[in-house]
Amino acid sequence: MYRYDEFDATLVAERVAQFRGQVARRLSGELTEDEFKPLRLMNGLYLQLHAYMLRVAIPYGTLSSKQMRKLAFIARRYDKGYGHFTTRQNIQYNWPALADTPDILDALAEAEMHAIQTSGNCIRNVTSDQYAGAAADEVEDPRPYAEMIRQWSTFHPEFSFLPRKFKIAVTASDHDRAAVKVHDIGLRLYRNDKGEAGFEVIVGGGLGRTPYVGHAIRKFLPKEHLLSYLEAILRVYNLQGRRDNIYKARIKILVNAEGADNFAAMVEKEWAAMKKTDIDLPREEIERIGAYFAPPAFETLPEESASLEEQRRRDPDFARWLRTNMAAHKTPGYAIVNVSLKPVGGVPGDISDGQMEALADLAEDYSFDEIRATHEQNLVLPHVRKDDLCAVWSGLKRADLATPNIGLVSDIIACPGLDYCTLANTRSIPIAQRISERFADLGDQESLGELKIKISGCINACGHHHVGHIGILGVDKKGEEFYQITLGGSGAEDASLGDIVGRGLSADATIDAVEKIVACYRANRQDNERFLDAYRRLGAEPFKEALYEAA
Amino acid sequence: MKAVTANRLDDGAVVYLDESGQWTAELALAARYEGDDAEAALADAKRRATEIADGYLIEVTETGAPAGRTTLRETIRAAGPTVREDLGYQAAGR
Ligand code: SF4
Repeated sequence: MYRYDEFDATLVAERVAQFRGQVARRLSGELTEDEFKPLRLMNGLYLQLHAYMLRVAIPYGTLSSKQMRKLAFIARRYDKGYGHFTTRQNIQYNWPALADTPDILDALAEAEMHAIQTSGNCIRNVTSDQYAGAAADEVEDPRPYAEMIRQWSTFHPEFSFLPRKFKIAVTASDHDRAAVKVHDIGLRLYRNDKGEAGFEVIVGGGLGRTPYVGHAIRKFLPKEHLLSYLEAILRVYNLQGRRDNIYKARIKILVNAEGADNFAAMVEKEWAAMKKTDIDLPREEIERIGAYFAPPAFETLPEESASLEEQRRRDPDFARWLRTNMAAHKTPGYAIVNVSLKPVGGVPGDISDGQMEALADLAEDYSFDEIRATHEQNLVLPHVRKDDLCAVWSGLKRADLATPNIGLVSDIIACPGLDYCTLANTRSIPIAQRISERFADLGDQESLGELKIKISGCINACGHHHVGHIGILGVDKKGEEFYQITLGGSGAEDASLGDIVGRGLSADATIDAVEKIVACYRANRQDNERFLDAYRRLGAEPFKEALYEAA
Repeated sequence: MKAVTANRLDDGAVVYLDESGQWTAELALAARYEGDDAEAALADAKRRATEIADGYLIEVTETGAPAGRTTLRETIRAAGPTVREDLGYQAAGR
């Protein structure tokens, strides 16, 4: 894992000290709220409905046990005993007091974490594949590149005041678990026909008010030029992006107004004129950063584990959890364990301090000290020996973290919505809770296969509803909560935006509508096709009919 | 009718301006204003910058319940998250 060098540590410590002074000046009245607000936002501190909210960055979703214990400590000492994992691999605390935040940031710094660039019009926390370094299908670990981007973008003087916020995601697998096509810049590391690894550069994707799937503006970028090429994109955007209208300021608007080809030409021109050696990292530096992500000391094991097979045969619950929550690891004898933060009736992404500590212990004992956060608001133990899977499962069960539903209908993304968020139109979490209760039967869930429901409480789309197989968007109609359903979206390698079906529905009608949509899928499904594939084959009509018939 | 609400500066908690010019956690105890009086009360409140982070007017009924378009939002602010009844003011069993 990456460790802070002296430079990182000093930077973060100085920033905390500076913020401590700013908080003191705000509390004494020396600073007005108008003066203080941009300063607190630069340190990840928002004001929500009931209290302040602190958003802590988890670079590319990678956490050590020590860091997870620190997050648990903060939840218990300074908050109300829990944290909330977001769709950007961050964690949010919902109840910190202003006066405590400098101490919280100090505590985070002790574990090499911070809340810098989790707000504002800068390059935000870089996200990546939660299976990085473990996935059987990856070309190589994408995290060294994510870390290079983190270092390059942290306090980048030229890009601290962009037209709008800027999000970059990196993946290195064919199966896209990082939603790279719906980011400002998505990077997909792959191997070309000659066997060389390089990036496909995708620009201008994004959700929100005007959603777009990104465009590949460069099919193959040699890895060593990553930073100079990113710099060229950011320079074009910084100059050409619209600062006059907040709704038109994201790079996606620029790319789509110019046309992807034009935009690509502008970037290529900028890049050609650039002195790349000033920006691209020298080989030794790339290797130095790469070394932080060297694989842990995996044992040489047979691919199959006899004890695992025996336990699987004996315990159907364990067998079910393996089917839904385990993923293939690149090293023989190991597996990736998904930890669902979506218990039936629970709050998606919420985790208690005790659960964090239980997970930290399990990671220490069984996963080389590593934990990952996913953009789907779950967690991962990336490197578990197959021989240990049963012990891990038992540990997770004791901590109420063994819900077997990864990728299934109850593994719902939901933004905080009107229960916490000042920008919300409607609540999101109760819709997720009720859908998960409606489909609580685990056998039914599993028989439905992959089905991704995503819910946002307003058009900002933090819940990624546009790319839900079933998307739900909260809309306000004269003070009443209504929900608009979209179908057929995907945030994966087959990215697409969902189609709006019909008018807004009340909360009750929304739960029923999801059930009708699922019933329609069940009735029309061929073989074992996924919901998304069935929708793409059938089109919206049968689903609309199923909805209207009942209306 | 209108009431003045804000988030308290030190912990962000929801507060309302009461008749005596103090901040209260209970919406039912908030002072209720008509017309220009509301704007004047808000302007006064906003000058108390070391007490609150943010202030605005909300619509309330004659008995001091949230009203108008933001009824649900203000009901949730006054009580706490609907998905965690153990948190926020509602937890104290008011
Ligand atoms: S989508 Fe809207 S309601 Fe949900 S968290 Fe984002 S801003 Fe808040």
